[in-house]
Amino acid sequence: MLQGCVVLDCTGRMGWLAGRLLADLGAEVTKFEAPGGDVSSADWQALNVNKKLVRLDLDPAAAGGRRALDKFAANADILIATPQADAVDADLYDFARLSTVNKRLIVVAITPFGLFGPKASWKATDIEIMAAGGAMALAGEPDGAPLRVSASQSYAWAGSQAAVGALMALAARWRTGRGQQVDVSAQAAVITALSHAPTFVDILGTTPMRAGTYMTGRSVTGAKYRVFWPCRDGFINFILYGGAAGRRTNEQLVAWMRERGFDLGPLGDIDWARFDPTRATQTEVDAMESPVGRFIGSLTKREFLEGAHKREMLGYPVSNTADIATDPQLEARGFWQDLPGPDGRTQRHCGCFVIVDGERPPLALPSQQTEGIRRQASET
Amino acid sequence: MNAGLLALEGLKIVEFGGYAAGPHVGKMLANFGATVVHVESMSRPDGFRMQYPPYKDDNPGINSGGCFTYFNDSKYGVTIDVKNPEGRKLARQLSDWCDIVIENMRPGVIDRLGLGFEELRMSNPGLIMLSTCNMGQTGPRADTPGFGSQLSALAGFCGLTGAKDGPPMLLYGPYIDYVASTLGAAAVLAALERRHRTGKGAYLDVSQYECGLLFIAGPLLEYHTSGKIAERVENDDPDAAPHGAYACLGEGWIALSCWSEDEFFRLCGAIDRADLGRDPELATLAGRKNAAARINEALSAWARGREAHAAAQRLQAAGVHAHAVNSVADLFSDPQLVARRQWSRRRHPVIGDQAYCSPAFVLSETPGDVTAAGPILGADNERVFQDFLGLSQDDYNAARAKGAMD
Repeated sequence: MLQGCVVLDCTGRMGWLAGRLLADLGAEVTKFEAPGGDVSSADWQALNVNKKLVRLDLDPAAAGGRRALDKFAANADILIATPQADAVDADLYDFARLSTVNKRLIVVAITPFGLFGPKASWKATDIEIMAAGGAMALAGEPDGAPLRVSASQSYAWAGSQAAVGALMALAARWRTGRGQQVDVSAQAAVITALSHAPTFVDILGTTPMRAGTYMTGRSVTGAKYRVFWPCRDGFINFILYGGAAGRRTNEQLVAWMRERGFDLGPLGDIDWARFDPTRATQTEVDAMESPVGRFIGSLTKREFLEGAHKREMLGYPVSNTADIATDPQLEARGFWQDLPGPDGRTQRHCGCFVIVDGERPPLALPSQQTEGIRRQASET
Repeated sequence: MNAGLLALEGLKIVEFGGYAAGPHVGKMLANFGATVVHVESMSRPDGFRMQYPPYKDDNPGINSGGCFTYFNDSKYGVTIDVKNPEGRKLARQLSDWCDIVIENMRPGVIDRLGLGFEELRMSNPGLIMLSTCNMGQTGPRADTPGFGSQLSALAGFCGLTGAKDGPPMLLYGPYIDYVASTLGAAAVLAALERRHRTGKGAYLDVSQYECGLLFIAGPLLEYHTSGKIAERVENDDPDAAPHGAYACLGEGWIALSCWSEDEFFRLCGAIDRADLGRDPELATLAGRKNAAARINEALSAWARGREAHAAAQRLQAAGVHAHAVNSVADLFSDPQLVARRQWSRRRHPVIGDQAYCSPAFVLSETPGDVTAAGPILGADNERVFQDFLGLSQDDYNAARAKGAMD
């Protein structure tokens, strides 16, 4: 969809996903890396696939590098950078300066806290940004340490918001004829992940906290409901919900347990049409959950996934990367794309995140990317 | 209100659906000037209205819920009974009027309502339509019902959160829905760019599950390449030490990390433990990882006597990566977010003043804005059906009498 849109990607780790998303949507994205810079990590490979790699020394001592970047910028639509809070980067990626090179250029700056404000020069990596954005306060045991997700998320939030910002500026360019600066704050991007948690502070004056592994706040008695259940090869996410959705799920669970000959305990006598999780006491919840735990403990993650789908039940296994890699749903939708890697061996990548007009836009082969580099180099 | 130029001014969007995944896309676009109409019905209002607190004064009501309004600011709200023939006519007129339809029902439902893409494009050939759901429109589990909070487990996020030898952890709310809504907004804007260039519309099939996987693309490639399964490791990072969160005075915590020997030296100076900075055993990453218990003890002792925000400021002044673990309440007083006007207060007729979240990015020439509080149910029926669609007062009254807006 973005065919013909030329993107220069000068980002570090925090911005890689932005260019990847634009590339997947059809833009011609050139990734700049310093000569000798390491491009071997799985994160680099996964988030810079579908881009053309150009080695360019942007150090101020190597004046040729900057001239080359400006030449690229003269013919580009979007430049994405993750500028450091120093004079060199401030000048290199300065919107006013780049506008003199190309007034239609959109300049996207992705930084931990944004380009202005009292913390604009603060140093932060994923853990500090997840802390600053409120996400860590909401993950972990209630009486334990706040946690981040073990695979960096704030960079992905910042990168994806940057892609939206770049495209918003592209839409505006049809009206103004000019590029503009897109100033992305990773801290603010993380707030997107908090769902409606801020509304509790604002409307009721209460501050949501991390809930660990249990669902709380659903019962007037203060009872808590289990969310993660050990199974044969990991954990299942399953909750005894009320309402119409819970009724179907709970009825099907009991039928499934009965088929397998499991002791139902108190579950067998419950009229799920009348079941109200908001009124159950902890003793009642524990009595209900005990046989459920024994049943789920007998299943594998895949058995639960397939059985729950067949029965139209809510609940999913807690997948790891191996489970996801072998999920038939993703295979059937052609989500994975195999490309030759730098060592000649096949790499299996996440494909484009959207199917457009019935087809998933393919990722470009590295050979096509090299051709692109030659073409751009000859043009400049 | 923004008096300046808006990026998406004149763009018309209609949303069929509810909860987070569809409406949050519309909110993002509405904040940059798009005219967004959120469609509900009196008998089936948006699920966020009644099923999710908080409510004004803790008093549940169809128009008192802050969760619904939070994702529907800057929009017009209408009611249409799509099962009523007159209502369907209105829905069709609205779909012919707009540039973009966003829907997040289960696959096939929108088609059965006569509002599927193939049907709508016959009378609106340039239409862009975004369908977003749990698994996508196709595949063996396409019809799976599901909540984003549980889908976040299937997509790996919960399994990657927690201690290595402990259980997985919940992330707040339907985490993955917002990944999909952000990526969905990017897809819609890309389709809009194509339409500007070619006049061609688009049908966008977004699987929330697949969107989530882009957020762990590196660990997935690692598995495919080496067979190594990514694990939850509490707050550790393979390339930094120390790297974690430490309890401060009161309820506060500080997050900090060191990525080089120099930074560790500066950290030790800032916490008055220069002796650790001079210890040759701690000069390398491997050495600091081996001595994690000793370093954590020193950091914990220092942090527990200090207020988290002040402690972070001190470390930043020394050139060390650090930030207080902001509670959700802290987000409203964080000086950086205040300076960037992250929250915009708008008045709602039932809730009163409510803080709405502004975009995560600032456009220098066409900045975004929260233009209005979320609508009460059916608030804009007259405005939308008469002013936007051009229904006469008589036609409007007749449609309403026939139950089109029930």
